[in-house]
Amino acid sequence: MKKGQPVIDRSISVISIKNLVKSFGDLDVLRGVDLDLYKGENLVVLGKSGTGKSVLIKIISGLLRPDEGTVNVLGEDVPQLRGRDLDRLRLRIGFSFQNSALYDSMTIKKNLEFPLVRNQKDLTRGEVLQRVETVLDAVGLSQTINQMPSELSGGQRKRIGIARTLILNPDIMLYDEPTAGLDPITCIEINNLINEVQERFHTSSIIITHDLTCAKAVGDRMVMLLDGVFQRQGTFEEVFNTDDKRVKLFYDYNFID
Amino acid sequence: MEVSPENEKRVRTRRSRVISRKIDRFFLALYDIFSFNVRFFKEVFLPPYEGKEIIRQCYEIGVRSLPLISLTGFIIGIVFMNQSRPSLAEFGATSWLPSLVSLAIVRALAPLVTALIGAGRIGSMIGAELGSMKVTEQIDAMEVSATNPFKFLVVSRVLATTFMIPALMMYTMLVALLGAYLNVSANEGTSFVTYFTQVFDAITFLDIFSSVIKSTLFGYTIGMVGCYKGYNSSKGTEGVGKAANSSVVTAMFLVFIEELLSLQVITALR
Ligand SMILES: Nc1ncnc2c1ncn2[C@@H]1O[C@H](COP(=O)(O)OP(=O)(O)OP(=O)(O)O)[C@@H](O)[C@H]1O
Ligand SMILES: [Mg+2]
Repeated sequence: MKKGQPVIDRSISVISIKNLVKSFGDLDVLRGVDLDLYKGENLVVLGKSGTGKSVLIKIISGLLRPDEGTVNVLGEDVPQLRGRDLDRLRLRIGFSFQNSALYDSMTIKKNLEFPLVRNQKDLTRGEVLQRVETVLDAVGLSQTINQMPSELSGGQRKRIGIARTLILNPDIMLYDEPTAGLDPITCIEINNLINEVQERFHTSSIIITHDLTCAKAVGDRMVMLLDGVFQRQGTFEEVFNTDDKRVKLFYDYNFID
Repeated sequence: MEVSPENEKRVRTRRSRVISRKIDRFFLALYDIFSFNVRFFKEVFLPPYEGKEIIRQCYEIGVRSLPLISLTGFIIGIVFMNQSRPSLAEFGATSWLPSLVSLAIVRALAPLVTALIGAGRIGSMIGAELGSMKVTEQIDAMEVSATNPFKFLVVSRVLATTFMIPALMMYTMLVALLGAYLNVSANEGTSFVTYFTQVFDAITFLDIFSSVIKSTLFGYTIGMVGCYKGYNSSKGTEGVGKAANSSVVTAMFLVFIEELLSLQVITALR
């Protein structure tokens, strides 16, 4: 289980989702999802490929609109927000993409500056540089500042992606498969980074993954998405203490013994 | 197998359903393109203005095209002069060469060549760039960091092509006229002053003006097509190639259509 003692306040929900439904054409992806993310907590969302995990957090950040249901983030009704109001909320949400989504045409420095210089126009060059160096240091990649994204490894790109979302000091972090496609050692580094972010920046996070080692290492609580709804939730042991074949399969796949 | 009337009816309704779905899709696509254009005109006037990005794109699109445009324009001037000579020589009218060539270059060749090169170089560049940004979720990443990607990427690029293609066209004009001059001075020994006097006597303000307007339209088209194809490219690396490719093909096709239409309009004006 996880080390460290995060401060979780279960009386405050930073994200509250009720009966969320989303389909694409004939494809029903989410069929009534309920979810609460408490302040200071790391919530892991498990689920196999194509169950709509990415869709869920895209709805949370307003990239996709739900068909039905309410999505309340930091007291705002996300699907109702438009323009400036939506942007203001988005600045408080850090979104780390499944494939990092670094801007190919910009250096690492420019990548990290991008959200900052565009949203806080009153900062001096020195202040911007200092913020860039702080987050680079937080992810342990200070030496890459002048490199291009194409020169980095997959794990490094992931970490820069996380750094880019940290630079605005978000209240909520959304990690889309932070460890997918990485070697076990790098996975552990990323897991540690996620926990560090939680402690150092006091964020509440949703971590999407199908890597149970990662889930175990970072999650204070986990939920499992199956057939468009959350079938299981609780601690790691609670989620996997079941006879449900699909859940068992998930477990066996991850820990082949 | 015997075709019963009932069976035939069923086949026919199925066929008509497929056709009607195709028609639906066509009009949906048309509507999509229309709203993309409308969105451009809406967002181009609303602050914040992406001045820095527009200038960067103008540089990328305009200045970076200069080497290719210079070479092509120059060669076209030489070749066109050379190929026109025999037919005029038959009538002993080689002294008319400068006027003939200047008309052709100013009215048709410079705008078309610039637009085609623009479609090839710039259209494919925009299509591929935005396509890969879309596929790798960089456009989404921009959106979640509270930057309007349409404004930052699309508006800046379309404005840049709309400004730069006419500018490049004027430049192509000059270079092609210079190329033609080299050829005519080598063969007929025409002096620089005589040549350019003849050139400018042949053309009117309307000729240059209409070419500039036409090029502005070409520039808008090239930028718009590239952005639309890239912005709407399907997921996967294959989508990027398709976006780049169809940007070029569609832009070239539209440029020719617009050339034909504007020919009608200008002829009517003249
Ligand atoms: N914009 C979209 N348009 C149409 N279908 C979509 C769209 N986004 C997602 N889908 C579909 O929704 C389903 C769920 O997609 P999603 O990306 O959320 O899966 P996931 O759980 O994140 O899977 P993975 O673990 O592979 O990332 C998929 O079948 C996908 O095809
Ligand atoms: Mg996903």
